Amino acid sequence: MSRKLPPKDVVIIGLGWTGSILAQEMTDQGLDVVAIERGPWRDTASDFPPSYSPDELRYRLRHELFLRPAQASLTFRNNLDQTALPVRTWGAFMLGNGAGGAGVHWNAETWRFAPNDFQMKSHLTQRYGAKFLPEDMTIQDWGIRYDELEPHYDRFEYLCGTSGTAGNLNGTIQDGGNPFEGPRSRPYPTPAQKQPFSHTLFAEAARKLGYKPFPQPSGNLSQAYTNPLGVSMGPCTYCGFCEWFGCANYSKATPQTTILPVLLRKPNFEARMECEVTRINLAPDGKRATGVTYVDSSGEEWEQPAELVLLCAFQLFNVQLLLLSGIGSPYDPKTGQGQIGRNFSHQTVSTATGFFDNTKFNFNPFIASGSIGMCIDEFNGDNFDHGPLGFVGGGYMGQVQSNGRPIETAVQLPPGTPAWGAKWKQATKDNYLSTVYAGTGVHGSCASYRTNYLDLDPTWKDRFGRPLLRMTMDLHENELKMSAFLTNKYAEIIKAMGASQVAPQPRKGPYDITKYQTSHLCGGAVMGTDPSNSALNKYLQSWDVPNLFVMGASAFPQNAGYNPTNTVAALAYWSAAAIRTQYLKNPGRLIDA
Amino acid sequence: MVEALADRLIPPDPETPGGKDIGCAVFIDRQLAGPYGRFEGLYMGAPFQPGTKQQGPQSPVTPAQQYRLALAAIDRHSRQTYGDTPFVKLSEAQQDEIVGNLENGSIKIEGKPGSDFFDLLLKDTQQGFFADPIYGGNRDMAAWKMIGFPGARYDYRDWVDRHNERYPHPPVGIGLHPGWSL
Repeated sequence: MSRKLPPKDVVIIGLGWTGSILAQEMTDQGLDVVAIERGPWRDTASDFPPSYSPDELRYRLRHELFLRPAQASLTFRNNLDQTALPVRTWGAFMLGNGAGGAGVHWNAETWRFAPNDFQMKSHLTQRYGAKFLPEDMTIQDWGIRYDELEPHYDRFEYLCGTSGTAGNLNGTIQDGGNPFEGPRSRPYPTPAQKQPFSHTLFAEAARKLGYKPFPQPSGNLSQAYTNPLGVSMGPCTYCGFCEWFGCANYSKATPQTTILPVLLRKPNFEARMECEVTRINLAPDGKRATGVTYVDSSGEEWEQPAELVLLCAFQLFNVQLLLLSGIGSPYDPKTGQGQIGRNFSHQTVSTATGFFDNTKFNFNPFIASGSIGMCIDEFNGDNFDHGPLGFVGGGYMGQVQSNGRPIETAVQLPPGTPAWGAKWKQATKDNYLSTVYAGTGVHGSCASYRTNYLDLDPTWKDRFGRPLLRMTMDLHENELKMSAFLTNKYAEIIKAMGASQVAPQPRKGPYDITKYQTSHLCGGAVMGTDPSNSALNKYLQSWDVPNLFVMGASAFPQNAGYNPTNTVAALAYWSAAAIRTQYLKNPGRLIDA
Repeated sequence: MVEALADRLIPPDPETPGGKDIGCAVFIDRQLAGPYGRFEGLYMGAPFQPGTKQQGPQSPVTPAQQYRLALAAIDRHSRQTYGDTPFVKLSEAQQDEIVGNLENGSIKIEGKPGSDFFDLLLKDTQQGFFADPIYGGNRDMAAWKMIGFPGARYDYRDWVDRHNERYPHPPVGIGLHPGWSL
């Protein structure tokens, strides 16, 4: 039996990027806010100091910073005919845990989506005709425009101190930046990072082939920076222990290095760590959330009433909590009806590894940062004519190699090398310093499909006895064609860099839960204009329960060819602004269904 | 026996020790005795049932148990094939033949292709070879010296734009902090 606590104005579920942003905005509004986070407290000095942070085994291989599958997992199958089985250890994606969430271990690649991405369905239909899209593709428009989101992208980038070169300032194309990006209202807060040898070589090769390379927008800062909240960050040292690791230099933008130091000093903010929300409670009519129920680290169950519930967990767990709480109607792939769980997508990444003559090329691959890189955007979104190609979507591509950590990178060897023995050993020695290996060199989009979805598993349960989430996911012909095309273009550039041998690795089906493909899981509680095919309105407000707002990439109707965090954060600021300026004055639906 | 296997997967050469002398077996022993060897933290909810390759491993048999079963099976195979000679007493060529037959799955372990265990052993051995020396392998950072990885250094600001130059400083490990200031 749960014990009832005194009510709060706002309860936030999860203290990652979106939870931290919303907590900051709601406490600024004067509201009394509690954040409930199932993972531990984590901070730079105590949890990722430089003395033991550069430990590939501990963090990369043994998943030190991630959620433990024993705590929460999911089941997976490729299609409706299979029995989904538990994901017993992480593979295809890595899930954050604790203060900062996945914002602790991310690479901090801070991209904006392109203007067309938000009107993907209508744009593609207009340009290529409705028949061009596969029949079972369920992409849709977001209900929001790029220009509405621009101030909020800007706000997050200035919170983070993002390092980059603008490509489009208020409509004027800038040399050295991404000429395909949407207009930005002002330059990046800090200049682009310096680029190591192979990244520079990629840019030179791309330029010779007629492309317009630019530095990847980076949340690993090129110089010291103090953000508008007064929080200071240090310059990145190019240590090469960024993704999957915490940053010991305060130079990767994370909730810890940008917001939490301010938030923790506020008397109207409280964080309860190692407490897991088990459901969102509803009034008897089901039209209003009354708060949440959670279990603390000693197993005690509590009820926290609140006027406003902000669901800020990771994409998968947002969807699971909505389903477990009976909010909205579960999606049914057979009928296409229902909103919760529909339009699940991931990211179609691939690469081409380049092997160079080690007497001429020495790349020092260990000198890098998480979001280092020179990229091109010619093959992203609808920046190129898809008409003759027979697929939609695209991605940026670049030399974005973020590390030379040997367990992961020293084993990238020319095709045909034996997997063991003296020849293997010699090959690691000969190739380590002269190989270009960007695991996500091609960062392709992922459309949504009728049979890629999330629901509750009928068999397997979590530690509280609740059904695990069930993921049904496969790669479709459109994405496989796209990946083959993009990977080939990418391999041409690697070849032009002077590689003696190039090994293209386009994404192949079936979707494999054991192979890492970024942690960019999207959809399942998507935003839109129509309550029949979206869970949320354009302000991320639940159509069904107006005092519930759901943050995160679960709102993406499909995924674009960019990393999602900047868009996730911009949407959080956008939603927070709507709550502050509209909802609190007149609590209720911001848009009539 | 793990030392013998590690020396075949990563043989010694005049410049760099092999899997045995660099400590891969020590690494594997310690890892198997710890959380990794017990599947600690993984989702272990029943039932366990076989699935597709894309659905990932579904066996409740922990890495520590897999090693016990496989090492016994490999030794039995060695004795049956080579006149009652245990694996560790075989010639290098004979040991290589067995490792190759594990890799291609023709040797069976508990009725399943030996390639499953081969993949596990190879991964663990390579991790021991390249991981920080605090875990028992990569003794004297010999594997890092071999490939040119400077280890747990944390600041390359002076080197990021020195293109195509060999980084001159020797590696440092997590247990060897004073080396950072050199």
